[in-house]
Amino acid sequence: MPVKDLKGQQVWQRRTSRESLGHWVMWLIGVAIFAYCWQQISEATTWFFVWDAPRIANDIWTRATPPRWEYITQLGKPIWDTLNIATLGTFFALILAVPVAFLAARNTTPSKFFIRPIALLIIVSTRSINSLIWALLLIAIIGPGVFAGVIAIAIRSIGFCAKLLYEAIEEIDETQVEAITATGASRWQVMAYGIVPQILPAFAGIAVFRWDINIRESTVLGLVGAGGIGLQLSSSLNVLAWPQVSLILLVILAAVVISEWVSAKVRGAII
Amino acid sequence: MSALDTRIGKPWKKPPFVQRAWLRWALILGFAAYLVAAYMTIDVNWARVYEGLERGKQFVLAFTSPDFTSRSSDIWEGMIESIIMTVASSVVGIIISIPIALGAARNIAPLPIYLICRAIIAVSRALQEIIVAILLVAIFGFGPLAGFLTLSFATIGFLSKLLAEDIESMDRVQAEAIKASGAKWTQWINYGVQPQVMPRLIGLSIYRVDINFRESAILGLVGAGGIGATLNTAFDRYEYDTAAAILLMIILIVMALEYISGIIRERVQ
Repeated sequence: MPVKDLKGQQVWQRRTSRESLGHWVMWLIGVAIFAYCWQQISEATTWFFVWDAPRIANDIWTRATPPRWEYITQLGKPIWDTLNIATLGTFFALILAVPVAFLAARNTTPSKFFIRPIALLIIVSTRSINSLIWALLLIAIIGPGVFAGVIAIAIRSIGFCAKLLYEAIEEIDETQVEAITATGASRWQVMAYGIVPQILPAFAGIAVFRWDINIRESTVLGLVGAGGIGLQLSSSLNVLAWPQVSLILLVILAAVVISEWVSAKVRGAII
Repeated sequence: MSALDTRIGKPWKKPPFVQRAWLRWALILGFAAYLVAAYMTIDVNWARVYEGLERGKQFVLAFTSPDFTSRSSDIWEGMIESIIMTVASSVVGIIISIPIALGAARNIAPLPIYLICRAIIAVSRALQEIIVAILLVAIFGFGPLAGFLTLSFATIGFLSKLLAEDIESMDRVQAEAIKASGAKWTQWINYGVQPQVMPRLIGLSIYRVDINFRESAILGLVGAGGIGATLNTAFDRYEYDTAAAILLMIILIVMALEYISGIIRERVQ
């Protein structure tokens, strides 16, 4: 136990002197790295604009309020598009994620050394790239529009859904699988009757959870031209129509809150 | 016995996932109707898609020969800026989110503070990074400062919420024992609460660093600094080999971060 001698009295301390020195050095390095980063950011910043920021913020606020309520009549179709991008994107992602998840799970993969790494690579690479970047790429390939948004959301969601799903598959109860196997079931029957019923609740939960996230992401996909309400947002920003921008932001906020509420309700009903 | 009698001789059928028949059929029909409606309203220009397949092939091929060299200075600068934004915003975000998490835990904070902190968390979570970035770029001008502020703001909502939940589910007994020894409020937090939530805090922080790096890659699209601007330019010029190089670097860094975070989380837990 680390103790310190204080005027002949033993006092308890949390760390030995060597430990506290190590901690001190670690903190010093951390602070130095942060100071360097901050210095780099500060160099790249025009500080005049920053000191001017409160005035600008105030200016934007006065321009943006009140929102232009009558503009909401033109937002019906974009909202419908946004909903479609999120829902169809999730739908296609789930179709693609299920086989990937089965190939990636240790207990169902046909080959641990060849197929599992490929499935894991698909999961990592689709997960680590943001849907906006996928949308940029797909717009360059298949042209702007809702379809590019659907595919972008679908690709982005594969990794997320497959990762959660394969973890669920790895955690299943093996005894049930063995029981089905013992009845003489084929490989596919074992899957359908031994594995699928166990992961179905997890699957439904993942689907709704990802749908909720996709609603959020699809609201901004339009910024790069992939359809949805983001298109209206970017065109309003481009013409500096701040009352329209504030209305769109309110609509997006409402959509996010509603989708989160729906997904929480559905997940509560499933689990 | 009668239940068995009625079952004997009949083939077993798999019980459906949704028990109530009307609800099951309503869900199936509703979803089918929705799919049809959605398909009708999305106009896909198949000729354009077909044309694009050639470009898609080029892009996939570009991954086999990514071009790191011809725009190396742009890529390098963008990557460094992204990493700097990630580090700085994670540090600031974590430092700010710890007091907010303490305030948002009902078993530590009084009701007024709890409500204020929960409101901060709700606002931060409801606004998306990219929208916040647009507003902050408009206010603070182009550059990494706007990106840094955006990511810090987003970190607060994420980390405070999860940390507050962990604090709320902590073991009261340990905290009370510290209090009974006559500890001040700060000592109580330091010795009673902090040791219990530290593993979770470290795990969440590393996870958030990972997320912040991924998000910093897109903030450049709206002018908030980082690799996104370079990536956007590469796509606009159809320089797929450069874009592939940037994407590969992002994937590699994210993989490395995930690997490191896995090791650290195993060690602290």
